[in-house]
Amino acid sequence: MTEFRHDDRSGPFTHAPNSVRTTMTTVMLALVPATLFDAALFGWPAVNLFVVTIASCLAVEAGCLKTQGKPVRATLGDGSAMLTGWLLALSLPPWAPWWIGVLGAVFAIALAKHLFGGLGQNVFNPAMVARVALLVSFPLPMTSFVPPRPLFTEHAPGFLDSLAITFGHAFQLDTMSAASALGTIKTELSRGVPVSQSMGQTPDLWHMLIGIRPGSFGETSAILILLGGLWLLHKKVITWRIPVAVMGTLLVLGTIFHGINPERFSSGLFQAISGATFLGAFFIATDYVTSPVSRSGQLVYGVGVGFFTWIIRMFAGYPEGMAFAVLLMNALTPLIDRAFRPRTFGRTRSGAPLPLPQRKSP
Amino acid sequence: MKLFHVEGGVHPEYRKERTQEHAIVSLPMPRILCLPLKQHAGAPAELVVSSGKRVKKGDLLAKAPSGVSAPIHAPTSGTVVDIREMASPHPSGIAQPTIMLRPDRKDEWSSDLPPAIEDPFTADPAVIGERVEWAGIVGLGGAAFPSAIKFGLRSKKPDILVLNGAECEPYLTCDDRIMQERAGEVIDGARIMAHALGVSRIIIAIETNKPAAIAAMTGAAMAHSEVTVAPIPVQYPMGSEKHLTKAVTGRETPAGKLTADVGVVVHNVGTARAVREAVRFGRPLISRVITLSGAGLTRGMNIEVPLGTMVVDLIEFCGGFKDGKAPHRLVSGGPMMGQPLPSLEVPVVKGTCGILALTKEEINEQPTGPCIRCGSCVSVCPCGLVPLEMAGFIRHDKLEEAEKAGVRDCVSCGSCSYICPSHIPLVQYFNYAKGRLNTDDRDRRKQDRLKLLVEARMARMEKQRKAKAEAAAAAAAAKKAAAAKPTPAPTEEPKASA
Repeated sequence: MTEFRHDDRSGPFTHAPNSVRTTMTTVMLALVPATLFDAALFGWPAVNLFVVTIASCLAVEAGCLKTQGKPVRATLGDGSAMLTGWLLALSLPPWAPWWIGVLGAVFAIALAKHLFGGLGQNVFNPAMVARVALLVSFPLPMTSFVPPRPLFTEHAPGFLDSLAITFGHAFQLDTMSAASALGTIKTELSRGVPVSQSMGQTPDLWHMLIGIRPGSFGETSAILILLGGLWLLHKKVITWRIPVAVMGTLLVLGTIFHGINPERFSSGLFQAISGATFLGAFFIATDYVTSPVSRSGQLVYGVGVGFFTWIIRMFAGYPEGMAFAVLLMNALTPLIDRAFRPRTFGRTRSGAPLPLPQRKSP
Repeated sequence: MKLFHVEGGVHPEYRKERTQEHAIVSLPMPRILCLPLKQHAGAPAELVVSSGKRVKKGDLLAKAPSGVSAPIHAPTSGTVVDIREMASPHPSGIAQPTIMLRPDRKDEWSSDLPPAIEDPFTADPAVIGERVEWAGIVGLGGAAFPSAIKFGLRSKKPDILVLNGAECEPYLTCDDRIMQERAGEVIDGARIMAHALGVSRIIIAIETNKPAAIAAMTGAAMAHSEVTVAPIPVQYPMGSEKHLTKAVTGRETPAGKLTADVGVVVHNVGTARAVREAVRFGRPLISRVITLSGAGLTRGMNIEVPLGTMVVDLIEFCGGFKDGKAPHRLVSGGPMMGQPLPSLEVPVVKGTCGILALTKEEINEQPTGPCIRCGSCVSVCPCGLVPLEMAGFIRHDKLEEAEKAGVRDCVSCGSCSYICPSHIPLVQYFNYAKGRLNTDDRDRRKQDRLKLLVEARMARMEKQRKAKAEAAAAAAAAKKAAAAKPTPAPTEEPKASA
């Protein structure tokens, strides 16, 4: 009769139909609507930047794997580098030049990921490390937003013009730049214009919600990002804890302080739908590798991200603080994991066995 | 009935439909039965027969030594043709002494069987406990823990008997079929157990994916007010003793304690039926119902088999492997916690609840990737552990850290391995760590004992030496005294002056 190979692989002898690749693919699919919308909104230069950023991430990933003697094809296929590139592209100004994407890929994949040991080992979210490094090193191109110029409309650049914008020097900052809503308010506030007045210069809430506004490539359409996020919740790729904690914190802090001083602080609703709040809450802060693993830990982490985002937006030099807040909380993740653990069955939270119940003899 | 929330768990593909509708059939007596001396948790049984002996059905073949063990009886009449070392149904395939019984096909019952206990409900509980011990009954859910020991839990004054009909492992349907076809026997057995334990309430817990079993058991329980049938949610590992207890009673067993410490004793439904056979008819445990399933098998079945039946004979009875092709994996038990079988030439033992011939597609085994910290293992762990962290410690050989992180609280249900998107064999790490920790414990205990022995010996020697010295001193003193009086020893003089 048949001989079975005897090895020390133990059970289970069944497995959920999931894999790292499925997870990454699901997240990317969830980003498709917002990406398409913004690609249409900002035209060919945005598409160029998207392609350049993702291609660079894949190339850098392949290079890093090869130099370390790790399997290139299998690891590239898991989709993690592509997702990093995608998220990075979405967090860049849509008309940024090509080298921003390439440099970003090096920061994200080589520095933030592989120097820490590759997939699963990085402490900081690679896309956010790249975004922050670029923002600090090249503040001008990283804060030069353009007003929406939908594809095939009168003022939209054609494909050839777009190549000149992305790869040449055709982007005339002074004539074409526009500020994001958060940026407008911060600048005006520094000039002594109260929030209640500068709010008039920002797009109305409805335009912010659907995304007809200047901003980073992928962050403008709150509604489409939300749609993708809800789909991720439905597919159980993420849970509600981090997104709800991030947005809830922003909403609550915003509302309270706006109530106290509306001249100084913008409203909670504005906080929740402006900038990268939705993208950050659903797609960035929920990054598995760099966020806590327990439920309570995830809540704490989400509240932290929301809190620091608000602090930076309100009191620091940068109009948007999501990336910084995520990195700050990434650093705290190991501590949160240590401090917030699930309760072990049969034990108290402190780890001692549960006391025996007092039973009356039957 | 009020149910209580149990954290974690997974919902694997159950694939029970393959055998759920297949009534239990009896296996024709095989050509040979192989009965290993250790079919249960605890010490192996001790041979009482030798090669060449003719035995009848139910005769004792091996008796239980004192402590945790269970005797083994002849599943049919025939001749003991050999006693030899044979591979056991364990992944290691380690050989152990095995009784080879060639059936004579007469299937004659022994005349030495104990009498039936006519009215078990008036019998002394101790008598029932002794009968269960005699019958060699072990937990038939898979753990194979000698049941008689659980009857001793009466001393802890439990108030609820939970009958485990969860059968939360995918594929397996043997308990389901027993409950559907033998509901009355199961409930009778459960009531006998309850009497022996002195408990007044019986809860029969059945996962809701077994509607026919729930209906049958509810019908049979109607006449007995102390019996409640509790349909429980389909959630692996609901059949885990402590989790089941929590789900139906709300009582959470403290770490390191037994469910009996919170007043609950849990028995499998098949065990209840075996207890009834032993008590009402004086029959030992010599057969059991098992499920044969998996896509690698021509047809799935539920079969009542004599213990000791070779797996190869069972596979043949089911029409062999599908398309004559060996399956990717042959597993004893369910796919979540079952053990891979080393070969087809191993017997069915008391704890075997299923034999699965699984194809590669069913197993969905993939190469292991790096952990992406997704936290799935944390959210599915029914014990509230952090599997990824424990595995990290064990990978770096930090067993003490793993112990602190709670690896000993792990019930090895495999939910974490099942859900891991990187296909990391987490539960394998934990089993390894638990094994190592237990060995270390044993070594430490051995060393402690050795140290105690050595210290005791040293103390004894010291005492002896002292005693000797004292005796010598006393003798010398006596001698001196004796010498000093009549004739002072001349040799003493210079010493004294010096």
